[in-house]
Amino acid sequence: MALDRRQFMKQAAVSSALAAAGAVFPGISFGDWNKLTNNSGIVSWQKSPCRFCGTGCGILVGVSGGRAVAVKGDPNCSVNKGLCCMKGYHSVQSLYAKDRLTKAKVRKNGQMVEVPIQEALDLVASKLKQTIESHGKDSVAIYGSGQWTIPDGYVASKLFKGCLGTNNVEANARLCMASAVTGFMTTFGIDEPMGCYEDMDHANVFITWGNNMAEMHPVLFSRMIANRKRRSNVRIIDFATRFTRTSQAADMSILFKPQTDLAVANAICYEIIRNDWVNWNFVNEHVSFHKGKTNIGYGTEDHFAFQDKGENISFAEYKQFLEDYTPEKVEKISGVPAKDIKYLAALYGDPSQKVTSFWCMGMNQHTRGTWINNLVYNIHLLVGKISTPGNSPFSLTGQPSACGTVREVGTLTHKLPHGVVMNEHDREMAARIWDVPVTNIDPKPTYHTVEMFRALDRGDIRFIWIQVTNPMVTMPNLRRYRNGAQKDDRFVVVSDVYPTPTTDVADVILPAAMWIEQEGLFGNSERRTQHFAQIVDPPGDAMSDTWQIIEVARRLGFDKQFPWSEENYIEKIWEEYRLFHAGPKHEMAPYKVLRERSGVQWPFVNGKETRWRFNPKHDPACTNGKDFDFYGKKDNRAWIWARPYEPAAESPDDEYNFWLNTGRVIEHWHTGSMTRRIPVLHNAVPSAYVELNPEDAAELGVVNGEMVRIISRRGQIIIPAQINGRGVPPRGMVFVPFFDESYLVNEVTLDAFCPISKQPDYKKCAVRLEKV
Amino acid sequence: MPIFSYLAIPREGARETLCAQLSGLDHCQVIPADNQDVVVLVTDTPDEACEKRLQKRLKGLGSLQSLSLAFGYDEKKEQGGQ
Repeated sequence: MALDRRQFMKQAAVSSALAAAGAVFPGISFGDWNKLTNNSGIVSWQKSPCRFCGTGCGILVGVSGGRAVAVKGDPNCSVNKGLCCMKGYHSVQSLYAKDRLTKAKVRKNGQMVEVPIQEALDLVASKLKQTIESHGKDSVAIYGSGQWTIPDGYVASKLFKGCLGTNNVEANARLCMASAVTGFMTTFGIDEPMGCYEDMDHANVFITWGNNMAEMHPVLFSRMIANRKRRSNVRIIDFATRFTRTSQAADMSILFKPQTDLAVANAICYEIIRNDWVNWNFVNEHVSFHKGKTNIGYGTEDHFAFQDKGENISFAEYKQFLEDYTPEKVEKISGVPAKDIKYLAALYGDPSQKVTSFWCMGMNQHTRGTWINNLVYNIHLLVGKISTPGNSPFSLTGQPSACGTVREVGTLTHKLPHGVVMNEHDREMAARIWDVPVTNIDPKPTYHTVEMFRALDRGDIRFIWIQVTNPMVTMPNLRRYRNGAQKDDRFVVVSDVYPTPTTDVADVILPAAMWIEQEGLFGNSERRTQHFAQIVDPPGDAMSDTWQIIEVARRLGFDKQFPWSEENYIEKIWEEYRLFHAGPKHEMAPYKVLRERSGVQWPFVNGKETRWRFNPKHDPACTNGKDFDFYGKKDNRAWIWARPYEPAAESPDDEYNFWLNTGRVIEHWHTGSMTRRIPVLHNAVPSAYVELNPEDAAELGVVNGEMVRIISRRGQIIIPAQINGRGVPPRGMVFVPFFDESYLVNEVTLDAFCPISKQPDYKKCAVRLEKV
Repeated sequence: MPIFSYLAIPREGARETLCAQLSGLDHCQVIPADNQDVVVLVTDTPDEACEKRLQKRLKGLGSLQSLSLAFGYDEKKEQGGQ
């Protein structure tokens, strides 16, 4: 490679500084940057969204000698304005661990044997065909992820729903944001947040509902903290079940007993009405009142079915419903002092305050996840604090394209890229764009994620193709689903980048191109679509998930539906997919615009992004001539729901006397299959642990690092204790992060779910502890 | 057209902020250390005026505790002040 004098001098400058650093700080490391072979020192920078959470930070990837060697924040991306978190800065190292899957493998006589990828794809296609012939179209399934790119999810839906005629399409986002979707749909009739991250620069009050943003959305959290530093009138209230780094940084930490957020939210509404803080102009013009079914179950049994039925109620009936939720009554249920509930209500009720509520898994992974989403919207709607800068009920997502791929493309059993399979017009639109007979698209949804893995266990599903996710670590009540996947006559295909407990149960492993080794698009939490070009080559035979599906589709005879060439298939797929969202409510940006910019928010109408939906000053879809237009619902109103407090599926009792709460840590992404292969992140938190309250630990006779057995009705794990670490649970609760496959905490968790969203509750089940 | 490299030390707890701020400046390349609160900063400015502006901006960074020069090169001086 040619190196001019100036580049040479610049490289000398880098080398001198690295040498000086080594002399002053013995043992200092700059990662793989200075160890890479072929590193010429000439670094070219290309944009991409980060792939390690749903924030959608723009990054610039530095490439030298054909390898990604460095990352810096993209100053042109409005999401993060040049800042990254520790996962982002080290993200490219996840491409280069030694055990990267580079060859396809097929199980032969019980052993996984390397084969050419084309041979493995032949086998996948023939098994798929054979299974459908023997057991029917609904015996095959695909299970993807919120880390699927938009084209990945689109071709999966097109092949399975449009061509094969089965609605057995699900994604792990069912486990992380399905309740957010049903919350939006039931309240607004349309999915995804009305606001944007810019709300943080306008709000005076931030309330985090069961949302440890300091670790899970660190860049957004930094922006919130920066606003507090810059403006003297900003307060952050953390409302949570355990004391976290977010609680630590907040102005006030309020702890509530698990599941009782439902009661507290209703009590806030009670107080708003009692004090006449209701914004009557807004409520009279833009809100209607409703109630649904109660005592709705928990879905722990196979074939559980539930259909909610909404009924109109009057404001007087809603007010009557809230009589059960006075702050004093709710204090007894929730453990939250009545004065704190009144304080929260006063913050929401004060017309001079702009309030943004944030939430993520705490509210979504909840057996009443849809309800608690509804209830927080109720608060904002009663006081009219919505769809204006700074007034925002904001549901954050966990994965880089949970919104873009799963919610917008619709990779869930009941969904299509536009609308749902149950709707005739939506099926006709899909059939027209996909060029398939409309009769191909089954009007009946099949299995949501938990039921899909139950069907695999029962034998109703015989073939499953898993891409970009690791369900043999993440499924609740894991043992049942692992045993099911390993049964004879089940065929499991796994596309992934590293060996995992899920590749352990595979019959075929397909090596996948990862992130910037392929062209793709993600969609983040604030309706922002983000394009990334292929920046480096994938290793060995690794191939994008999109192209793997195209290869199999063609082997099954669907050449007409999948006609694209490898040179431009992403552009062609995007432009086909955009047809589903034409119109001012969801218009997506053209491919060329997305290529140029660090993300574009939809609806993208006449070259303009929409930052606040339902507000005619910002949203071109508003047509009613009023100051707001909630056009998702037929009555053009947002719906307030009377949803009661109901207890968790399983609560501590005499035998199992602790709550078990599970979640994540800042250093690791999901099951750790990538971040545990980044030395800096792995060394920072090398293994999982159980957080104990210090008093519980003392009673148990356990000190830091000693082993504790956690036992539930489903299983048990033995895991080291952490006391007074970064998180401190209250007495009677333990917390375990799930990133470490050596400690499979989901063997202990319960597969109960919200009956409306079908999203499991990973935050609440009953366990007992033993010192080992 | 000077090129400089420095060891940049952030104020306590401000490493990420410093990296973000430096990355946001024109003519700056940032290489953060993995295991120490140290950042290598390489600046490559097209002219003296630009260099002066950058120096001023660096001095104004609240997240920066100190800056130690490791390397310096000025093409103009090398060419005899032309």
